[in-house]
Amino acid sequence: MSTVVETRDHDGHHGPAKGFTRWLFTTNHKDIGTLYLWMSFIMLFVGGAMAMVIRAELFQPGLQIVQPEFFNQMTTNHGLIMVFGVIMPAFVGFANWMIPMQIGAPDMALPRLNNLSFWLLPMAFGILVSTLFMPEGGPNFGWTFYAPLSTTYAPSTVNFFIFSVHVMGISSILGSINIITTILNMRAPGMTLMKMPLFVWGWLITAYLLIAVMPVLAGVVTMMLMDINFGTSFFNAAGGGDPVLFQHVFWFFGHPEVYIMILPAFGIVSHIIETFSRKPIFGYSSMVYAMASIAILSFVVWAHHMFTVGMPLAGELFFMYATMLIAIPTGVKVFNWVATMFRGSLTFETPMLFSIGFVTLFTIGGFSGLMLAIVPADFQYHDTYFVVAHFHYVLVPGSLFALMAGAYFWLPKWTGNMYDETLGKLHFWLTFISVNITFFPMHFVGLAGMPRRYPDYALQFADFNAMISVGAFMFGITQLLFLFIVIKTIRGGKKATPEVWEGAGDLGLEWTLSSPPPHHSFTVQPQVK
Amino acid sequence: MSYIKKLITKLVLATSSALSFAIYSAENSDYNMPVGVTEVSQSIFGLHMLIFWVCVVIGVIVFSIMFWSMWKYRKSKGAVAADFDDNFWLEIGWTVAATAVLIWMAVPSTQVMVKAYDDAEGEINILVTGHQWKWHYEYMEDGVSFFSNLSTSQEQIDNKIPKGEFYLLEVDEPLVIPINTRVRFLITGNDVIHSWWVPDFAVKMDAVPGFINTAWTNVPETGIYRGACTELCGIKHAFMPVVVRAVEMEEYDAFIAEKTVLAESERMLTSKEWTKEELMERGESFYATNCVACHQANGKGIPPVFPALEGSEVALNDSAKHIEILMEGIQGSAMQAFGDSYSEVDIASVITYTRQAWSNGKNGDGVIVTPKDIVEYKKRINL
Repeated sequence: MSTVVETRDHDGHHGPAKGFTRWLFTTNHKDIGTLYLWMSFIMLFVGGAMAMVIRAELFQPGLQIVQPEFFNQMTTNHGLIMVFGVIMPAFVGFANWMIPMQIGAPDMALPRLNNLSFWLLPMAFGILVSTLFMPEGGPNFGWTFYAPLSTTYAPSTVNFFIFSVHVMGISSILGSINIITTILNMRAPGMTLMKMPLFVWGWLITAYLLIAVMPVLAGVVTMMLMDINFGTSFFNAAGGGDPVLFQHVFWFFGHPEVYIMILPAFGIVSHIIETFSRKPIFGYSSMVYAMASIAILSFVVWAHHMFTVGMPLAGELFFMYATMLIAIPTGVKVFNWVATMFRGSLTFETPMLFSIGFVTLFTIGGFSGLMLAIVPADFQYHDTYFVVAHFHYVLVPGSLFALMAGAYFWLPKWTGNMYDETLGKLHFWLTFISVNITFFPMHFVGLAGMPRRYPDYALQFADFNAMISVGAFMFGITQLLFLFIVIKTIRGGKKATPEVWEGAGDLGLEWTLSSPPPHHSFTVQPQVK
Repeated sequence: MSYIKKLITKLVLATSSALSFAIYSAENSDYNMPVGVTEVSQSIFGLHMLIFWVCVVIGVIVFSIMFWSMWKYRKSKGAVAADFDDNFWLEIGWTVAATAVLIWMAVPSTQVMVKAYDDAEGEINILVTGHQWKWHYEYMEDGVSFFSNLSTSQEQIDNKIPKGEFYLLEVDEPLVIPINTRVRFLITGNDVIHSWWVPDFAVKMDAVPGFINTAWTNVPETGIYRGACTELCGIKHAFMPVVVRAVEMEEYDAFIAEKTVLAESERMLTSKEWTKEELMERGESFYATNCVACHQANGKGIPPVFPALEGSEVALNDSAKHIEILMEGIQGSAMQAFGDSYSEVDIASVITYTRQAWSNGKNGDGVIVTPKDIVEYKKRINL
């Protein structure tokens, strides 16, 4: 992609406002992107601290540190915070920073809406986390909050949880509307849809998924609210309701949600692999079609989370076949990344290391996903640590690695300073090793029969659980190094060139801007040939 | 240099032999899916290993090409990037290949699934009901029924005494089934969703309130098979294991006969005249099994979720309300209705016990509730 860019000096009076109001009232896509990224970074440590409590309790059999009641609150809030408070907002942060810069726009299409979408989130998480300090304790029914455990049998703080989910949902929907509007209306002249960067494609598809499924989530929590407070019986069998209906509605949201957390990651990793292979991405069109097919298929596979709920045979077989189909586009993506590296000219800076880690370990998560799709085998895997291993492999070395890779990749562009490469590589290797010590043995304890969400377990699982806990503590401490590297880069370092990475100037519009970029990214639209 | 080469060769050899050993032992170890004892569980194990090896082969091929490319085309060795970015036939080729592998895997999966999912009548049919936090078993043909509670002591869980061999995998009364007989399980839930899992039978089925799911097994070998609840069901989710004892048909018949006699004598107990001491003794053991999880051994509960019984107005001065709560439960709370599941003697004795235990005996009205009071209550409700 080659471009023509006019640079123009920026008027001094038109910069960001000073002090706290800069952040409170900001309508600038970069400032809002930064807010999203810092919020998810903070929530990563909050959710991570909860994981540390879980692993400390599971270090040995028996109850030592916390009681089951609090343990259940930890597993529930760890899941909710990592999904809704870390991975999703971090990708929105990347979208805010990168989409205008990648499509040659000055800002997002709806800047005030953008401000609102962000500031709703701290409210939502403030409400959620505050429940932990209430007398009855926070939500304790798992992040999937199956009724009737989350309705008839829930602590009364469940109402705060429901309200918090509503607010998060509004934020996501508003954010998605903004992203779709920006991408469809503000692309530089000449940038047709099939010339868009893959990260933009990933987010366009993700935003449609969000608009489609967030209202479903809002619907299901509203039905809970009615059951709990207004005497309806949507999910109460005694009143003629159906507890399984809850799961169908929840997973109709939940499965697309899984791809919401991975499609933008596919985009980031594609950019990094082509940059450090010094060779354009292999099979651009098939990458786009693969993301689109994954998104469409995600609407017809939801019940593979419910294989043991007692569905009829035809239903079980349909959802097994549909789920297996997803392996095809996902496989195509992995093949394309490998083919991009083939006959390239490779270097291994930190973003590339994280991306290679992503391709390798995400593929392992994909393999266990394929195993889980096989219904009869799933009878043995379902709700054991094998499932925990699977989704952590796709979410931690999957989504989270892509976020870290993207952070290292674009930090020099955002801050104008290069990060410390030695520390970056140290961070990668410590993370890569500890992530495998943590999550790989989970496959074994799961196959051996340890169910998930257990605060205590039989003695044969003890050795591997101790190992998992050690890995988890290592992983947790290592992320403090990441925080240190990010702060160090913001405060100074070797100055970055506009191109940052060798040859990147031809690979995306963001590399034609100065580092750090001007306040209103592109004030004159570039021309894409 | 040659030293380094030798070292590398040795390392590669050591790693690959360690890896193949690891794979061999994984397949036969406690850290793989159990092969199980039934025909279905063994077919599922076969399916699991087949898929596993398919994944390994694909993984080895893809990762070898990737790591070889990373090695061969590194810039530090002077690699210059080629300039291709697609190849139509290659892309069609690997899409078709992936599809073919999936279809090839779908065939045996479907066959095993059809076999596993057969809801025809069993020679013996057992109603399995998940309760917070115990299993209830009812033999449909014989009318025999009982609860199966965790028998691991709280001291073991709290690390006060050493843990036994079957820590958290032992119950007071296991389910007993005969071998070489088709047994069908009808599975349902009483309060929240539970899930009944016995890995050696490859039976895992959710116990959903308002639904009756079916599963079946035919066990060829006698033995004790241990499993667990696998759907989050509240604070004691990890403490309601499943234990099944598979026995010869004669032993099974004897078991049913003994249970039938026992049930008859339980019914007789209702009309017996009970002393306070007898009720207290029986009530204390009932309380220890069924109530301590929430209301705690000292009767202080875990407020505000699980209220204290010591000093509660109902337990002190309102025996009528006390009976009603035990029989009907409290709507919208974790307090379940015990009336349908337990005998009049059990209910009367635990009420008497909680009215006398701790400081309640000296602070309250001291009313003794007898099995006859419970019978009276039932008559009144039915009118």
